Formats: sequence, C-alpha cells, structure tokens
Amino acid sequence: MNYFPDEVIEHVFDYVTTHKDRNALSLVCKSWYRIERLSRLRVFIGNCYAISPERTVERFPGLRSLTLKGKPHFADFNLVPHEWGGFVFPWIEALARSRVALEELRLKRMVVSDESLELLSRSFANFKSLVLVSCEGFTTDGLAAIAANCRHLRELDLQENEIEDNRGQWLSCFADNCTSLVSLNFACLKGEINLAALERLVARSPDLRVLRVNRAVPLDALQKILMKAPQLVDLGTGSYVTDSRSDAYNKLKSTLLKCQSIRSLSGFLEVVPWCLPAFYPVCSNLTSLNLSYAPGIYGFELIKLIRHCVKLQRLWILDCIGDKGLSVVASTCKELQELRVFPSDPYGLGHAAVTEEGLVAISVGCPKLHSLLYFCQQMTNAALITVAKNCPNFIRFRLCILDPTKPDPVTSQPLDEGFGAIVQACKSLRRLSLTGLLTDQVFLYIGMYAEQLEMLSVAFAGDSDKGMLYVLRGCKKLRKLEIRDCPFGDVALLTDVGKYETMRSLWMSSCEVTLGACKTVARKMPSLNVEIINEHDQTEFCLDDDEQKVEKMYLYRTTVGPRTDAPEFVWTL
Amino acid sequence: MQVSASGSMSTVSNDDNLVLSSEDSSSPDEFELELGLGLSLGSGVAKARHQALRSQYARILTAKDFPSVVSSASSSSLSSSSSSSSSSSSSSSLSRANVTAGTKRSADSVAVANGASQVVGWPPIRAYRMNSLVNHAKSPATEAFHSGEEENRCIRKADNGDGKKNGNPNDKGHVRSSLFVKVNMDGIPIGRKVDLTAHKSYEALARTLENMFNEPTTLVKLRLSGKDGPSRLLDGSSEFVLTYEDKDGDWMLVGDVPWGMFLSSVKRLRIMRTSEANGLSPRLQERNGRQKCQPI
Repeated sequence: MNYFPDEVIEHVFDYVTTHKDRNALSLVCKSWYRIERLSRLRVFIGNCYAISPERTVERFPGLRSLTLKGKPHFADFNLVPHEWGGFVFPWIEALARSRVALEELRLKRMVVSDESLELLSRSFANFKSLVLVSCEGFTTDGLAAIAANCRHLRELDLQENEIEDNRGQWLSCFADNCTSLVSLNFACLKGEINLAALERLVARSPDLRVLRVNRAVPLDALQKILMKAPQLVDLGTGSYVTDSRSDAYNKLKSTLLKCQSIRSLSGFLEVVPWCLPAFYPVCSNLTSLNLSYAPGIYGFELIKLIRHCVKLQRLWILDCIGDKGLSVVASTCKELQELRVFPSDPYGLGHAAVTEEGLVAISVGCPKLHSLLYFCQQMTNAALITVAKNCPNFIRFRLCILDPTKPDPVTSQPLDEGFGAIVQACKSLRRLSLTGLLTDQVFLYIGMYAEQLEMLSVAFAGDSDKGMLYVLRGCKKLRKLEIRDCPFGDVALLTDVGKYETMRSLWMSSCEVTLGACKTVARKMPSLNVEIINEHDQTEFCLDDDEQKVEKMYLYRTTVGPRTDAPEFVWTL
Repeated sequence: MQVSASGSMSTVSNDDNLVLSSEDSSSPDEFELELGLGLSLGSGVAKARHQALRSQYARILTAKDFPSVVSSASSSSLSSSSSSSSSSSSSSSLSRANVTAGTKRSADSVAVANGASQVVGWPPIRAYRMNSLVNHAKSPATEAFHSGEEENRCIRKADNGDGKKNGNPNDKGHVRSSLFVKVNMDGIPIGRKVDLTAHKSYEALARTLENMFNEPTTLVKLRLSGKDGPSRLLDGSSEFVLTYEDKDGDWMLVGDVPWGMFLSSVKRLRIMRTSEANGLSPRLQERNGRQKCQPI
C-alpha cells in the first residue's frame, strides 16, 4: 500500500466508515495515521473528558461531525450532582477558533448553555444538524439563535432534554428563506408554540421527513400540518384530543390517508383513545412505534392499535399493556427487533403489570428480537432460560425488576441461572443490565460466557469481591462498568488496575471501596482520572482518612489528566 | 408474596439523611407514614429496622416486620393509582386514604411505598421520563382520593380536552412545569432537586428542605431543635428565608399564595439569607394584587 499515492489510499478509506474501523486504520503506520486523520469526517468521543477539544481539533482538522458524551450514565437517575460537569462550551469555542467546518453536533448528557448555542449558531456557516439527548442548561432563547442563524439547518432533534421554556418565539426565528429542514423534533418542550409559525415553517420545508411536536400542538393544527407535509416519514403527535366527533377529526382521517410514507409514530402525549382509528391505515406501514409517553392509550384500544402494526420492528410501550397485550404483540409483530417496556407506575406495587409471562410470549413470537429493555414486577429463572433459548440473538438485554433484589418468586432462588442462560446463549451480547436477587455466581457466568460484553450495569447484587473480579477478569471487551449498592470493595478494585486503561469508565457508588484504595489506583495509573464525588458536608469527608468509604467513585481513562472544571465536591485523586 | 426491600441500601454512611435521596420524599415522612397507618410500630421497632438495614444490603422486609398491618388490613380493594400517589407523595394523603377510603394496605404495599420511593435513583428511569409519568399520575390520583373510586391499573387521563380534571390547571393541554425543581442555598455550592408534588403543603416542603440542607457540623442551623414545631424557614425567625422564582422570573417569598397556585408558577427555589431577602416583601405585596388566578 505504500506504493499508492495518498489520494488513492484516501479514496479507499472513504469506504471505511465506522469509528472502530477508522481508529484501526490509523494505527497501521505513520502514513496511514496521517492520511486517516486528515480525511476523517466523523469523530465520536464517548467521554468528553478523555481528550481535550484542542487536541481533537488539531488531530482532525477536517472534521464535519462531532459526537460527544458527557456525564456518566447514572446521571440519568439523579446519582450525579447537577454541577458535576460535562460542559460543551469549551468544545464549541475550540472548534470555532480553529475554523473547523462543523456541520453536525450530537451531544448526550451534556450541559449546554444558551451562550454555547449562540456561539455555535454564529460560528459555522454550513452547520446542518444539532442533536441533543438528555442535555440541560439551555432555554428556548438558545434554540432561537440556532433557528435564526443556521441558514442551512437540516436537523434539530431534541430528545428528552430539560429545556427552560421562556415562551419566546423561537419557531418564528427560522428565516423565511430557510427551506432546508429535514428533521424537527421539539416534543420535549413544555411551553406554548406559535402554531402559525410552525405551519408556515412546514409549508416551506419540502424536504421535511421527521416532525415531532410537543404537547402544545393540538389535533386541528396537526391536521393542517399534515396537509402540508404528506411526505413525512416520522411523526410525533402532540395533544391528540378533540371534543366530539368533530370536523377536525374527520379531516384528520382523510389527511392521514394521504400520508403513506409514515414509518415511525410517537407522541400522543395527551390522547383520547377513540380518536386512534384515524391512525389505523398508518399503522400497517409502521416499523417504529413509541407509545411510552402515552398512558392514555391502554386496554382494548391499545390492543386494537397494535393489531394493525404487522411490520413493526421497534416498539416502546408502557407496562399497562400487560402480559396479555404482550401476547398480542408477539402474535402480530413478527418482525420485532427492539422492545422497551417502561413502568407506568414506578412506585407501584402488587398488581403485576408485566411479568415473566409477557417476556416469554414475546420471545416465542418474535425470534428476531435483539434489543430489550424490560421493567417488570418479577422474573423467574425458568422464563429467562426459555427466553435465552428462543432468542439467542440478543445484543442488548436490560432487565429491571422494580424490586431490585427480588428472587425467583416460584423457587425463591436467586436469578443467577436465568441470567447465566442468557449470557451463555447470546454470543453477541454487548450490553447487559441485571436486577433481582443475584449472588457472585451470576458474575462467574458473565465472566465465563459474555465474551462480547461491552457495557454492564449492576445494582444491589453479589456477595463479595469475587463477583466483580469474575467480570473484570473474564470480559475482555468490557468498556463501561457501572455498579451501585454492591458489596464490592478494595480487593476487587485493586486486583487488576491495568484493566481500567482498557475501558472507558468505571462507576462505583454505595459500595465498599475506601478512599485509600482509590488513591492507590490513581497513583498506579496516571492515565486515569479517579474522581471522588462527595456531595455532603465537606468537613465530614476528610481527604486524609484512607479508611473511610467512598460514596461515589467515577474513574475513566484520559489523555489530558485531571479536568480543570471540576466543582468543589469532586476530588480528582 | 415477597415484600420489597426498603431504603437505599448503602452501609457507607451512618446518617439517615445520606441514605435517603434528596429528590424523594424525605425521611420524616416515612415515620409519619407508619404512624398514620396505625401500625403502632413504635420507635423501638423502627429503630431496630433501621439498624438492621444499615448492616445489610437490600434486606427483604417480610410480613414479620409489620405484624399489625397484616392483621388489621381492611378488605376493600386497593387503588393502585392512589397508592402510587401515596408512595411518591407525603404521608398525610396516605393516612387519610386509609381512614376515609378504607383502602387495603398490605404489608407489601407499605414496604414498597416506604422502600421504593426512598432509594435514590431507583427505578432507573431517566428523570425526564419520571417527571412526565408523575405529571400524568397526579390528576387521576387526586380524583381517586376524593371520590374513593377504583382506578384502572394504568393511569388514565379521562378527559375530553377540557379542564375536567381535579387539581390540574388545564388550559389547552398545557402541561405544568417540571415537578423536580432546583433548590440552592446561599453559602452551599451544591444544589439539590426536590419533588414538589411529593408535598401537600408549605410546611412539608420546608421540613424536607431543612433536612436536605441541615448538616450537623455545618455552621448553618436552620432549626433549633427536634423534628416537630413550625419551620423557621417560613416564619421569618431563621437567618434564612425560603424564596422561589416564578414564571415571570421574579423572586418571591414562599408561603403567600395558595399551595396549588404556588405549584403552577414556581420554577425554582432558593434558600436566601434573610438580609438579602428584605427587599422582597414590599414588592411581593404589590405583586399579589396583580397576580391572576388560574382555576385549580
């Protein structure tokens, strides 16, 4: 390959697109490293503190798309204090200063200020796509800046962010000559929307394919929008409610008949179930359905809707569908690949909304299932063993029993054998979350069989350090390990500190790890940041007392050493 | 039937406050909850249970821990929605529900109501999703509480788009702001979040906040003594006052408007030094006259 001119090699590299493969290319030799880095268009950074913005920009001056993840996963569940970090501003600043021709920015669990959004909107003439997932720190003012200044904006996708709604007219800020929108998702906004502005925006966006509106968009407005955008592929409704068998509903019915391209449906944030039949013609084409924010759809109406969805590949639903409803899914949705069942009543009890029966039914009816997130009241070993047999193709298997230490209700045994069957049968398993009564045994199985496992989430499980050690020793491809409330301590943490360099991060909270052990890790591994998060009274927590248990520890590999933006309650050892 | 575990299972800390979440209903509610149900557990049993909890991870509570509940459970059916509202809201509604509606509370439900709502970050649902769930849960639960009727398992919004629901300001499907609001206290760098719908009154909220920010060794003392007694945050006798930022961005003293109205306009809270808050009072009185009332 050394005899080919660079342009040829670069052309070959164009066909190599995944991050993993591009990274591999760059390691082959100096010349490939150089060619690769100059031609790299998409950069993915799984931990924003693993590398500095300046270094990133220096290495990849040609980058067009940047994906960044900030806070650790458990921040989603309020386990990480708000001011912990994950600020995007320094990144945008660095990109702007170096005149990178940024076109796409995708952020997850980061703190995004209005200032960042304004700087973003003004710095990149060709900016096309902004995707924010589970972020916070900004208001609709920031969105207004994006709308106003990004003249070629194609995508504005806001998923489950905490956005302060200043009730400004951000939608009206899209320029009249901005006609490039392809995807607009503002379902998570809480405030009012200028409906007329929305309609006009949709009318002048012939390429619009994805539109997910928020609660403030009522049914009649939806109908008018759909009239102007029958080419939509992905629709998220807002408030799907109407007073009576109104004109609006009938109009909507006939409008929807023209929307033959809709493949993905979501929303129904408020809903009157009897209005759903308007969507039946759409249902038969659907490959993706998200009703997880629609507790208003349940029982018979829900079943009827599901029965139309014969081509469904992805289903996100609330557990009020029940085991019986899941049987209907199993018999209707033969192409199902991804299923998420969320609890409709997280602190509820007793009445088993979904149990192991629903899951078994799904496994029988949907052999193509490869991704699962399942919140349930209980689980049995027998069920898990059956599921493992029926669906050996799991890539993601996340089970959450609402009572986190519940044993098998039939045998009163821990669920070790059940999960053991899953890891043994599913050779491609990359992500696993465990709950239920679990001993060290389950970790022995995981270490033995889960060869492709990259991410493991553990809560209230295990008996001793051995559990954690089985996993650290056995899972060669482990990248992220997050543990809470388990009896794993210093021995587990210290036995193989070199392992952490091969991983992205390790989170341990409410375990048995002491400050002294954390210090040891930090000392032995300068390539890691070992952060101790202590939220409570600082005078109680003494940095000299090595014996005291650490409440929250987050360690991650990094090329830049301790971060400079850590708040007072975070110590990097 | 297995009874669920209770409480965050950390054995790291000796302080109960550290074990319990800053977002959830605070620990005082737990004790009130037990007394309200006539469990007559007494301090001895409660204390023993806590000690046992500290020494183990996720100990499963069994019916043995609640002998009086099992024997005194009434036979009327349990509304799951009201139980969910109880477990995530303050004790007073739960005890009232038991007395007025005569709902059955099994040992299971009490333990879960105690336990699941007390564990930080459990179940592992994104805060955004949790907020929207609780948003939906609130109004039917209020209906069940007032009328004592049985609810469907799945929380249902039985409306025709108009404000028929109790206790939920509903104008054109406009959703209330997030139930978890940020709380900052002057002098403490770390902010917290508190679930406002878990409280039914200013007193309850003030008590939660006092426990949240009251550390034994800090210089700041919000209370002189004990658990009982009126909150000093509200009566102006402490060196701190509780204030909130409303929809219009103004900072107001907490406690002047009806609780429901407060809920619909509060954006975040701040425990402010009294010296800084002096300017708020006159403006507050002026604003009260102008504030429009929303049907609740």
